Amino acid sequence: MADIAFLLLIFFLVTTTIAQDKGIMITLPPRMEEEVPPVEQHDRNLFKILINSQDELLVENELREDLSGLREEIKEFVLNRGQNPNLSDSPVKAIVSIKSNKGTSYGRYIHLLDEVKAAYYEIYGDRVGLSAKAYRELDLSAPDQKQRYEAGKDGIPMNISIANPD
Amino acid sequence: MAKFSSKSKSSQEIPTSALPDIIFMLLFFFMVTTVMREQTILVEQDLPKATQLQKLAKKSLVAHYYLGAPKDEARFGSESRIQCNDVFIDIEDISRLVEQQRSEVAEVERNQMTMDLKIDMAVKMGTVNDVQEEFKKVDARKVMYHSLDGAQKGKH
Repeated sequence: MADIAFLLLIFFLVTTTIAQDKGIMITLPPRMEEEVPPVEQHDRNLFKILINSQDELLVENELREDLSGLREEIKEFVLNRGQNPNLSDSPVKAIVSIKSNKGTSYGRYIHLLDEVKAAYYEIYGDRVGLSAKAYRELDLSAPDQKQRYEAGKDGIPMNISIANPD
Repeated sequence: MAKFSSKSKSSQEIPTSALPDIIFMLLFFFMVTTVMREQTILVEQDLPKATQLQKLAKKSLVAHYYLGAPKDEARFGSESRIQCNDVFIDIEDISRLVEQQRSEVAEVERNQMTMDLKIDMAVKMGTVNDVQEEFKKVDARKVMYHSLDGAQKGKH
């Protein structure tokens, strides 16, 4: 009996891959039927990040070697509330714009998007006294946790604009 | 002088009477957690790592798309290809496939469909964007960039 059980056990041990369906969620913008003139954004409310086909970064017109420090800069940019004239007016108006090139590698793009999302989640988490990870894992089906989730997000929309690559 | 007995009285054997129970418990655990892979993946899948991950809410409302360079380079070339349900598809087929996948789920849940994109790190953004444009055409705008948990290294 135990032998058969062992055999089956080993079979399932080998075939098991514990499924982990996780990823970065985004919602694509709706498709425009006709050309809509772009809404003029004040330059201070835009945090521009460009990645070229060589995977090189240009953050606010400044060439970067890597993504270190970017998270802090985005947090400062979003939470400026009109103090520094070079940074955003208010968190509602602040937009982080990511523009890639057709030749940019997907890995680099995800790395960047992850970093921008991390900045926002850290802001949300800080407001309700949680870490970014704990905030993301709040269970939205439970009313009290949902309330906390909403409180963290309130007034600070995650304005990440992903432009079509050129 | 006290006498010491050289023999210890405790038994040296491990009780094995509960062993089958333990094995069965493990067996049931693995039986329940196992998901049999019903698809063979024909493209390279070196998924990116990210930290800000969210879990998929409903597993029944997901369509999987795989992007990457074909594994069998001799037959399919080295250009990035799109795979869905065991076969390579062309970019024009996506809208039709999405409609088909939608028709398989309950009507009230159709707009909650998530497109799970499993994209190899080496794929270029041009290809990714082409696929996304197709999704936009049929208004399937919830997209998940499937990633593994962990921090990515600074520059690759």
